[in-house]
Amino acid sequence: MRLMDDALVIHRLHFAFTITYHYLFPQLTMGLAPLILVFKTLAIRKGDERYERAARFWAKIFGINFLFGVITGIPMEFQFGTNWARFAHYSGGVIATALAMEGVFAFFLESSFLGLFLYGEKRLGQRWHWVAAFMIFLGSWLSGYFIIVTDAWMQHPVGFEIAPDGTAHLTSFWALLSNPWAFWQYLHNMSGALITGSFVMAAVGAFYLLSGRQAEAGRLFLRVGVLAGALASIFQLFPSGDRQGQLVAAHQPVTLAAMECLFNSEAGAPIVLVGQPNMEEQKLDNPIYVPRALSFLTYRRWEAEVRGLNDFPREQWPDNIPLLYYCYHIMVGLGTIFIAIMCGAVYLLWRRRLFTARWMLWILMLSFPFPYIANTAGWMTAELGRQPWLVYGLMRTSEGYSPTVSSGNGLFTLIGFMGMYMVLGILFLLMIRREIEHGPGLLSGEGERERPAAKYAS
Amino acid sequence: METLWFVLVAFMLTAYVVLDGFDLGVGVILPLVGRTEGERQQVLRSIGPVWDGNEVWLIAAGGALYFAFPLLYASSFSGFYLPLMIVLWLLMLRGVGLELRSHVDDELWRSFFAFIFTASSLLLAVFFGAAIGNVVRGVPLDPDGYFFEALWTDFRVGPHPGILDWYTVLTGLLALVTLTVHGANWVALKTVGKVRERARRITGKSWWALLLLTVLSLVATLYIRPQVLDNFKRHVWGWAIPLMVVCALAGVQYFRARGRDLALFLSSTLYIIAMLGGAAFAQYPRLLTASTNPAHSLTIYNARTGAYSLSVGLVWWLAGIALAIAYFVFLYSFFRGKVGVEEQEGH
Repeated sequence: MRLMDDALVIHRLHFAFTITYHYLFPQLTMGLAPLILVFKTLAIRKGDERYERAARFWAKIFGINFLFGVITGIPMEFQFGTNWARFAHYSGGVIATALAMEGVFAFFLESSFLGLFLYGEKRLGQRWHWVAAFMIFLGSWLSGYFIIVTDAWMQHPVGFEIAPDGTAHLTSFWALLSNPWAFWQYLHNMSGALITGSFVMAAVGAFYLLSGRQAEAGRLFLRVGVLAGALASIFQLFPSGDRQGQLVAAHQPVTLAAMECLFNSEAGAPIVLVGQPNMEEQKLDNPIYVPRALSFLTYRRWEAEVRGLNDFPREQWPDNIPLLYYCYHIMVGLGTIFIAIMCGAVYLLWRRRLFTARWMLWILMLSFPFPYIANTAGWMTAELGRQPWLVYGLMRTSEGYSPTVSSGNGLFTLIGFMGMYMVLGILFLLMIRREIEHGPGLLSGEGERERPAAKYAS
Repeated sequence: METLWFVLVAFMLTAYVVLDGFDLGVGVILPLVGRTEGERQQVLRSIGPVWDGNEVWLIAAGGALYFAFPLLYASSFSGFYLPLMIVLWLLMLRGVGLELRSHVDDELWRSFFAFIFTASSLLLAVFFGAAIGNVVRGVPLDPDGYFFEALWTDFRVGPHPGILDWYTVLTGLLALVTLTVHGANWVALKTVGKVRERARRITGKSWWALLLLTVLSLVATLYIRPQVLDNFKRHVWGWAIPLMVVCALAGVQYFRARGRDLALFLSSTLYIIAMLGGAAFAQYPRLLTASTNPAHSLTIYNARTGAYSLSVGLVWWLAGIALAIAYFVFLYSFFRGKVGVEEQEGH
């Protein structure tokens, strides 16, 4: 590892820290938006006040979460220029199209309709309020697409040429927007967000049931959260995760080898479940694996040869293989557990035992942090896997940072962001705790306890 | 085509200053117009549903600037590294201050976040003004089009200035007073009773400071950058811009005295448009002037993106901005009229 006074390291940490922190919020925004829309739709179709209250409760959580997403998102749009100026100049001819489109198509949509949604329910009337909810959902999902297009171009550049001044210029607008990499990455990412949304919803529901209040709301949240969670968890593995993996195998074979820590090429390569990369001796310590599974998953043939790291020149290896390996395995491992939890919960729901199965409610209540971890690990897999490239095959990360911003100035603002984000994090938890404590209110006449002093999981 | 994009980016930045400008101004004057909790809530409700959308214009303008002139974005964002980061922190604090203030019914909590909101609004106004001052004054660009400015050096306007020197402090103060007037006019437009009266008094008093600072900054600009007159000499119609500034200033005083709130607000809007339009007019075709060697200046020709991008961009930009304007027209007409003291909805 280089020293902390190296500008490259500082700028990488700067971006990694701010983007990782930022993405804690949009994943819930994007995950909750369709679920709120489900409540709004049910409320209108069934004319049932309970769904209305549920929608209103989650809209409050959504509003707070959205605020923190906006606040931590503003620096992202700036940081390409502030910390990664050479990259911004090099790739601006292509990716700025996606980023600027996000501004005019998604941000205006979201922010205008959020004001209407939160402040104007009475005056809008139910149908228009539904439209506002839909527009927020549309805006947040569009926003996600433009960001994915940007990242997909860095992973798999398409639709460009290198101009005489050495920078990339767009040659096909549609090729950029329909990058095959973006398609699967988007679906994978959005179902990941939906997993976060549904786990959070189910966790709040489980908490209400376990603490014996807001029981009716708790049951409703569990039903919607568990069903959406099961669908999204399965979709996350297949087809979206599977296809994403095949794209990596096809276009970034060295990344695939690093994710699996496969040093030597192998026919019938195994998939590793657990194990610690040992870079010095080029092997995996304490491995537990499924024989030949990697070959099958990648090429659909048990005996297919998978190329190992040693087949590639060292300067093309991702620069932090153990971290990449761990991120990938954490993501996949948690994803598998999510399927088990959610399918188990759906089974109990179907057998009408979920609301009384306290063990399952405990699991659901305590498991909400894990989708955040899995989503973060997934993004780290994508971005660490892209290394040592900033734009795959075209520009190295070491060539992209701002030439005039010293490591000292970078460290100054990194520390500033850390302090600021710590305060923001505390405020966020405080706000969310208040809303959950307050709850959606009594949904029906059943005798529920009013606000007992209880401890909170969050 | 690059000229068109210069105009479009300038339009978006101006839209940002006009729109977010009034809610920044509201932040500055909040403790002056709102003496009681009810009054403060009245003031804050006037910007509650719209401030977030207003701020999006900054992001969208930044995106458009990056899109059309990638080198300008790369150069200026890394060169203005420290002030931009401070601006980001202030924007965060301001959003938190405004939104979280109303969440907890506790006097200490509320007064703390009101203070955060006001202090960050005030500093943001100064920083935005200083930013415009830096662009007009010029920055020490190197042959590659990059530079780095410290926050301050010796406060003099030389070839190697800091972000803050006497000139940019002057433009910062001008921006502060401008947005104070603009914000007060918004409050006057959106409220009734005592709050409205106080807002109009603030406009009345600040007007003299605005007049003085406008004249001072004009003189100072001519003193440090006489070239700003070049475009005015070349295109006589450009003199309509200073005429608009004068009309707008007169309008503020005239309509304030007659209590015509909408015309008053539109006057300060016109003032902002004319001042920024004048700056853009004088800059053209330069985007960022080099204080070192004029040949290093970034212009719309050497900083622009590919021709294909620019023409395709025109299509999606027009579609996108038409939608955005439609949302805003709907949003503002939906929340039109005065904010009552009672009615409370949402959080």
